[in-house]
Order: sequence, then C-alpha cells, then structure tokens
Amino acid sequence: MTTTPDTLHVTVQRGTEGATRQETFDVPAYENQTVLDVVTWIQQMADPTLSYRFACRVGMCGSCAMMVNGEPRWTCRTHVRKVASDGRLDIAPLRNLPVIKDLAADMDPFFDKWVAAEARHHPSAGRGDDFAPVTAQEPARAEADLGIECINCGICYAACDTVAGNPDYLGPAALQRAWTLLNDSRDADRDAILAAVSGKGGCHNCHSMGSCAQYCPNDLNPMRAIAGLKRETVRAAWGRKRDA
Amino acid sequence: MLDLRLYIAQRLSALVMVPLVLGHIAVMIYAIQGGLSTAEILGRTQGSLLWFLFYGSFVIAVSVHAAIGLRVIAHEWGGLRGRALDLLMWGAGAGLLALGARAVLAVTLP
Repeated sequence: MTTTPDTLHVTVQRGTEGATRQETFDVPAYENQTVLDVVTWIQQMADPTLSYRFACRVGMCGSCAMMVNGEPRWTCRTHVRKVASDGRLDIAPLRNLPVIKDLAADMDPFFDKWVAAEARHHPSAGRGDDFAPVTAQEPARAEADLGIECINCGICYAACDTVAGNPDYLGPAALQRAWTLLNDSRDADRDAILAAVSGKGGCHNCHSMGSCAQYCPNDLNPMRAIAGLKRETVRAAWGRKRDA
Repeated sequence: MLDLRLYIAQRLSALVMVPLVLGHIAVMIYAIQGGLSTAEILGRTQGSLLWFLFYGSFVIAVSVHAAIGLRVIAHEWGGLRGRALDLLMWGAGAGLLALGARAVLAVTLP
C-alpha cells in the first residue's frame, strides 16, 4: 500500500531562453491533486512571479502541456499520484521549443509548421453553396476522423526525437492535420498539401519511433497519419511519372 | 533532411538489396561447405556475367542506400547542414561505388 506524503518536493525550471535555473518548492500534498494544481499553488502561495500557461483546466484547450519528470504531459489531467509516487516532481517547459519564461514555451515554431505543412483548410465551396454531404462511413472520412480530435497541445512535438535532431522537421501534429485535410472531401488543394509535406522537413523524415502516439493525451496516432502521407506522396509521384 | 526523392531512392535501393542480401548469404553458406580457397571463388566469378550483374547491382544499391542513411545520421546526430551535408552524401556514395566497383571488377573480369 502506498501512502501519500505530506509534502511534495517540486523542482521547477525558471528563467528565459539561455538563462535557465532550477528552483525547488515544498508544496502541500493532497489525495487528489493535478500537476497543474501544484504549479498554481506555487504561483499563488510561494512565488507570484512564476509564469505558466493554462486556460480550460479540463483537457480541451491544449495550453497547459509541460515536461513532468522528463515526459511531456497535459498537466491539468495528470494526477500527481500517477507520476510522482515518491513525492518528487520535476517540472519544465515543453521540450523542442524555445522558452519565453519559466514554464511558458514559445509555441510559434509549432504553429508556423502547421502553416508550412499546408495544414489549413482550402475551401472548395463558397458561402452561397449548399452544405457538402459528408457521411461517416466513407473510408477517407473514417481515416480523417481518427486524427481530428487534436487539441494542439504540442505534446507529440515535445516527445518527438526526430524534431529534437532535425529542427526543420514539421512534426507529428502538423503532419497529422495535413493528413486529415488530405482525406477531407471538402478540401480543394490536395496537390498543395502533398507538395508541402514532401519537402526537406516533410513527412519522409519520420523514423516511426512512435513517441507521438505513445504520449498523445487524446490517444491519437500521428505516426499512422505520417505513414499515410508517405504512401500518398509516393503514389502521387508515381502517378505523375506514368501520366507524363 | 529527406525529401520525397531521397526517400524513394532509399526505399527502392532497399527493395533491390533484400533478395541480393539473401542470395549473398545463401551462396556464402553453400560455398564454404568443404573448405574455401581463393582459386575456388575466382573460378566461380571470373568471366561470369551473372556474378558481375549480381554484385554490380548490389554495389550500386548499397552506395545509394548507405549514402542517404549517412546523410540522415550526420544531420540529426552531427548537426551537419546545407552544402556540407550534400558533399558528405555524394562523397560517401561515390566512395562506396568506387570501392565496390573496383572489387566487383577485380573478381569478375576474365
């Protein structure tokens, strides 16, 4: 039987990019407590200068992701007792991203890559047109549905060792969104998506290590989406050669 | 650091290598039964178009495959970029091709 310690020993990364330091705090432990609760306690009761980011507190907005004991997690839905049975927590900003201050990572490179991957809707109909009939049974729609619950939290991006080694790599989240759009019958620019994911930082850099699928808090599988993109880009290139 | 062309080149070279590796290992196991000598190997390979094509295509596939693989490792683990990375890839590919072709010619020319 495990007992809950009275106090948590929490190490927090402080400071800005290039000038970071570790600070430790003793935080009261409770039976039911999330990692975000711990960070909030530190800011409200110990050091009001601590910077961090959160919004919804219920796992929908994707803004509170941090490194917890070396692993990327959504802190609002991560119970302390599941990740720190010995009462020790090590909290840091998301990996693979610049630090703005303390626990707030700069998400700009993450979202810039969504744009670079053409992971945005290319409209095929205008305001005056009828709604496009989309049924859940179509195979392409079913494939897209597997990836659309992404909350843009950046956990897969922080977990990805290919991003760590290759800063140009677009990353799992952006490529997964590109894949859902490629499978969306309402998207009008398939060629633009295929070209965008075929460049130097594209889907072909993925080594299929699977950390994205392992850590995704919504149990999505970006690795599957990236494998789909590899298949479709090769198929499209092959088709072009045979048409020429 | 891999685009679609390099990805396809590496996958296709792997496809070529699969049967060649199996054939190479099978012949090795078969050939060493009852001892092995230089004369025996050369007797089999010299003047043989089949072995020239077998190991010739093997060397080409290995050169392409390994050069692209080294490119990825040099970039992700060594931080090499741009022209230096291209030079390494083409240099490794050309070096492997030259060494391999020299060996193939040495044992297959009559």
